[in-house]
Amino acid sequence: MLTGAHFLDGDQAACEGALAAGANFAAGYPITPSTEIVERFAVRVPTVGGIFLQMEDELASSMAVVGATWGGAKAFTVTSGPGFSLMMEHVGYAAMTETPLVLVNVQRGGPSTGLPTLPGQGDMMQARWGSHGDYEIIALCPNSPQECFDQMIEAFNLTEEYRTPVLVMMDECVGHMTEKVVIPPAEEIKVLPRRYTTLPPSEYQPFRPGPDGIPEMVKAGDGYRIHVTGLTHDEQGYPAMDWRAQHKLVSRLVRKIRDHADRIARCEEDGLEDADVVVVAYGITSRVAQRAIQMARAEGLRVGLLRPVVVWPFPERRVRELAQRVHAFVVVEMNYGQMVYEVERCAGDQARTLLVPHGGGSVHEPEEILKAIREAME
Amino acid sequence: MAASGIRIAGFGGQGVILAGMVIGNAAAIHDGKFVTMTQSFGPEARGSSCSVQLIVSGEPILYPYLTQPDILVVMSQEANARFGADLKADGLLLYEQDLIQAESLNPRTRRYGIPATRFAEELGRKLVLNMVLVGFVTALTGLASPEAVRKAIRDSVPKGTENLNLAAFEKGLAYGQALVVDACHPAA
Amino acid sequence: MSPLPTINPVEPFLRAERMPHIWCPGCGIGTTVNCFARALVASKLPLDKVAVVSGIGCTGRVAGYVHLDSFHTTHGRAIPFATGLKLARPDLTVVVYSGDGDLIAIGGNHFIHAARRNVDIKVICVNNFTYGMTGGQVAPTTPVGATATTTPYGCFERPFNLPFLAESSGAVYVARWTAFHVRHIAHSMVEAFQKKGFSFIEILSPCPTLYQRRNKMGDGLDTMHFYKQHSVIKNGANTRDVDINLQGEIIVGKFVDNERPTLQQSMEQQLRQTLRDRYAGWGGV
Repeated sequence: MLTGAHFLDGDQAACEGALAAGANFAAGYPITPSTEIVERFAVRVPTVGGIFLQMEDELASSMAVVGATWGGAKAFTVTSGPGFSLMMEHVGYAAMTETPLVLVNVQRGGPSTGLPTLPGQGDMMQARWGSHGDYEIIALCPNSPQECFDQMIEAFNLTEEYRTPVLVMMDECVGHMTEKVVIPPAEEIKVLPRRYTTLPPSEYQPFRPGPDGIPEMVKAGDGYRIHVTGLTHDEQGYPAMDWRAQHKLVSRLVRKIRDHADRIARCEEDGLEDADVVVVAYGITSRVAQRAIQMARAEGLRVGLLRPVVVWPFPERRVRELAQRVHAFVVVEMNYGQMVYEVERCAGDQARTLLVPHGGGSVHEPEEILKAIREAME
Repeated sequence: MAASGIRIAGFGGQGVILAGMVIGNAAAIHDGKFVTMTQSFGPEARGSSCSVQLIVSGEPILYPYLTQPDILVVMSQEANARFGADLKADGLLLYEQDLIQAESLNPRTRRYGIPATRFAEELGRKLVLNMVLVGFVTALTGLASPEAVRKAIRDSVPKGTENLNLAAFEKGLAYGQALVVDACHPAA
Repeated sequence: MSPLPTINPVEPFLRAERMPHIWCPGCGIGTTVNCFARALVASKLPLDKVAVVSGIGCTGRVAGYVHLDSFHTTHGRAIPFATGLKLARPDLTVVVYSGDGDLIAIGGNHFIHAARRNVDIKVICVNNFTYGMTGGQVAPTTPVGATATTTPYGCFERPFNLPFLAESSGAVYVARWTAFHVRHIAHSMVEAFQKKGFSFIEILSPCPTLYQRRNKMGDGLDTMHFYKQHSVIKNGANTRDVDINLQGEIIVGKFVDNERPTLQQSMEQQLRQTLRDRYAGWGGV
């Protein structure tokens, strides 16, 4: 395994993160700007033990990794834009069947084919609820190649712990920028194992939740003769076509994340102690926002940064706390307003919420953000 | 150090991206500076012209893109036409002198030329012209130390070509250093 | 004379607690499952190492009734799931059991690519010429002239000839039977289990509730008579010549049985040849 300091782009770093997390299976379909992740995996994984297969489309890629996972593999897939839309089908299937799944979306400008080689952050709400039905996912948002590495490991750990899809919401800028990435020795990397059951087949029910709401898993071929279905099912895994079964199952799929939201949600904060205005930004935008904050501080404005690192579940509690004592939130995102709805919802009438939108294709100019900060101070 | 931005631009096949990788690797990994490198993607990266941008700084780099370089390295006439005007007024222009007409360069710009392609051919392989340029950039800028660049070259180039690439680097470095001496002692 | 068995010999292969099943009287899917159970016995495969993967539809429900590791996936995507499972676990026998709409319409792209790659999976396609679960719509297998809810004046599209599609895409084993040919079905399944590579068995099966009734073809029993009278066994027939018409002859038999390296064998050979001792090998998870 690779260790030490390397000059890597975000895509390459994400691949190394997957390998460091123990990923031994990936399937994917070429799509800019995500392909470099699996191109590197295709080079690397045969030398360490594992499989990469380029499938015929994103539907196949996202389902092949689910199949591999039920065989016991640690699997992931990567995509962008249009491919993310296609993979939504299996985000829902993985959520319903509680299959550990890491899906990287290197966001580009959209909708539709949009801007294949330029960044966007327009898929944040699609990440949240893009598949049909009701469920909860976890989403991370790296702002550097180093974080692409780190967050792939975190994503694998979270998906093993909570058995829900974990989406790594990169963007083209982070994916294609090259910076120093430090890869620690393997023994220093914490990797959570799959939550396999110790019960014998006679006592095991594949979808009976543990005390934390999460069932233990088995893999195919172990003699448990499990049944897994995307239909609403009971704890044995058998289809159960009535509202009681629906409420029991879907409320658990939602609660297993919402009940742990405070533990899963994670923010990076800077200069919030005395802040009158909080800039909320995630991914690459958080770095540009930080530049604007430096400029504002130089003008004597009391402004700080709240950067959701885990963006879903949303850091609701933290935003509510801050809303009690700040004038305003300035939400900076590379879309025309997505996460801003969450900030508004949590801020309520306690603090103003301003949006600094951007259509993608580039990042914000720090001056635009500075202007909004000044406005928020009024 | 204050942030310094460099753009290297040329056409496909000149090894522009690898030149950027080597300088970035040297500064980030071996000199311990903060470096963010971006490159132009899309058809233009695969067709005629391509460019790579690096920001090198003593502080973490927040804004990732380079709009106005402090240093511009142009390796083709087209790259000069496209990017020449972006260079800061007090910026430094480095250019492949056999591929660019001198009269097309901004006369008010501080500039140094090198026949990098010819040097590479003299060393036996035209392909290493990018390392000649890396040596030239190293001599004329403070982006990375020569020792760091030597290490980065060993990290970055295909196995078996290290010595040739290092020779190309030394050629460009020496040529650049000599120009600096000349510039400091114009009477000599 | 040996005593009569006290339980149905198929029962150990079924999730008895899930009975009764959803299939209509006269439907042929249950018949094929019976054949499948008998094939498993005959093949002596270790049942803990057999996985069944289904898509969506009436046949897609097979995964829910067999007492094996069984995965009821999304519509059309059983083959990609099976591809991932088989690559991750080469020790498993992976059977895809689904219908014509699921495998050939919405899943058609995966079908041809899995055959091309020669993924070592066994694909059992129960072809009832219609979409049963959604109420009798036209399928890519519906014969010209047959009516369906969405072709109320008769189907005007040429259907796929599935054995020809499978063979030309690269399947190494291709057979077709009707639900009348129970011994032949079981025998083909045993052969497919033993085969390395993409194996395809098409089983024509009555859908009395929707297809037969709408096309005035009688009930399940009438369809069995029809299959008996109109089927012609032609092992080794050119798959090009086995199209199905609304009322015509049905050519059945084993059409293809040849050898070609599987996806995993080809992958390993290529990687070993290129990477030599840098190749870590892959025996599965």
